[in-house]
Amino acid sequence: MEIWDAHAHLTGLSGRTPDERMAFLIRLTDRMGVSRVCVSMGMSFEYDPTPERFRSDNDEVLQALSHWHHRAFGFAYVNPKYPEDSVSELNRCVAGGLLVGVKLWVAERCNLPGTDTIVELATELKAPVYQHTWLKATGNLPGESTPMDLADLAARHPDAAFICGHTGGDWEQGLRAIRPRENVYVDLSGTDPVAGFTEMAVRELGAERVLFGSDAGGRSYSTQLAKVQGARISDSDKQLILKENFRRVLSPILALKGISN
Amino acid sequence: MSGELIDTNVYVSRWPFRRVYGDEPGELVDLLRSHGVTSAWTGSIDAIFHRDIADVNARLAQTCRTHGDGLLTPFGAVNPMWPEWEDDVRRCAEEHGMQGIRLHPNYHGYRLNDPLFERIVALAAERRMLVQLVVSMEDQRVMHPLIRVSQVDLTPLPDVLARVANARILLLNALGALPGGLRQRLLATGRVCFDSAGIEGAEGIARFLESAEDSALVFGSYTPLFYHEAAHLKLRESVLTAEQDSAIRYGNALRLLAPEETHPAQ
Repeated sequence: MEIWDAHAHLTGLSGRTPDERMAFLIRLTDRMGVSRVCVSMGMSFEYDPTPERFRSDNDEVLQALSHWHHRAFGFAYVNPKYPEDSVSELNRCVAGGLLVGVKLWVAERCNLPGTDTIVELATELKAPVYQHTWLKATGNLPGESTPMDLADLAARHPDAAFICGHTGGDWEQGLRAIRPRENVYVDLSGTDPVAGFTEMAVRELGAERVLFGSDAGGRSYSTQLAKVQGARISDSDKQLILKENFRRVLSPILALKGISN
Repeated sequence: MSGELIDTNVYVSRWPFRRVYGDEPGELVDLLRSHGVTSAWTGSIDAIFHRDIADVNARLAQTCRTHGDGLLTPFGAVNPMWPEWEDDVRRCAEEHGMQGIRLHPNYHGYRLNDPLFERIVALAAERRMLVQLVVSMEDQRVMHPLIRVSQVDLTPLPDVLARVANARILLLNALGALPGGLRQRLLATGRVCFDSAGIEGAEGIARFLESAEDSALVFGSYTPLFYHEAAHLKLRESVLTAEQDSAIRYGNALRLLAPEETHPAQ
């Protein structure tokens, strides 16, 4: 089965430069049978990046992708606390550049108004919005979104395409929270390979709304691929999750940009 | 290459908050066999929550006898917070013929600097039993609100091992959040081994072996609570020599059960 990875990073990989880390990531994907990988954020993580910092992070991603456009995609990292700067950055990297989606992390909860401007432009650009989500028993970070926050945001933007990063970590709650919002996909990445996760996602959402992501290099392809390969679901559902769904999510913007898929 | 594969981290029975495929013994055996496992070191989830540990261990031994034609090797539990726990060690060894015990200190409410822990380790060493110490059962961030426990603090373990000659410890689900300095102190004892279920990150096994002897890692899947496939994929994700691969798959585990060959008296 062909595999597209909807969520990876340049952190946790060997290499001193974006190019070296990307080469490492490609070697890893080759070994694990992954044909396309989507990266976001820079060589290190910043919870609450200034506009200068997220521009620098996106430059590192653009540099990393520069030799690998046939194998990799990139999402632009922005911060809802700076809506105007975020819009400028999306115009630079997505409208005017080769990035194909938006990455939002933990700077501000996504149901606050600052995110609306970003989502409106993303919708116009046909760029999916990947929102990290968690429901931590130990307590979320102050700006860390929950799947419930994302469900609120998705209700305000029915024409946008959202990816619920990590399905909220506590996936048994996360899946229920976003289930009514059909413009929200879930990403399986970023948690331990706990049995039953993928089966519940398919049962509750349908396989068409479930995406494979690795969260490499902090997580391993091994633990994350196992969630799909080990799940007791049909082979056709596995193929949807491993590739077809993410390809379908990206198709509008790839078509706009003339990128083959 | 031998077809032998020893999975050192397997459970029977049910996790209280989730049903998974493999939490019935027949399913578990089918799952393990379908992935080529030839021996599975098996504990019981019941040992974490039940008070009658002796009954849990007897049922575990019975389950392992009646399912899998020898595939399942029982590792009984000991809870030193209960009176007469030493007799559970004796029963594991003498009545059930177990080669090791599996401990859950965080669920049973003691720390490794508690003298009781040292007594368990010493008693197991006297009987040449391997001690499996389970560092965590699940990510603290997703624990059920009724049961939230910290992972086991391993800081006292090197000192305990320095005092108990011939003790052998296999740490299960340990590597996720273990500080590098502590990991190296544990490895330096020469009597601590890790299972691969706790390994995470890109090329996790190769990275682990950059600072550890090849003998320090054994195959562990944490089936059925984790998808079994993860343990196999980890062997593919890292570039390993044939010797490293076979050591992880079975060689190191066999040596853990034959201490006189690799762990002479200290």
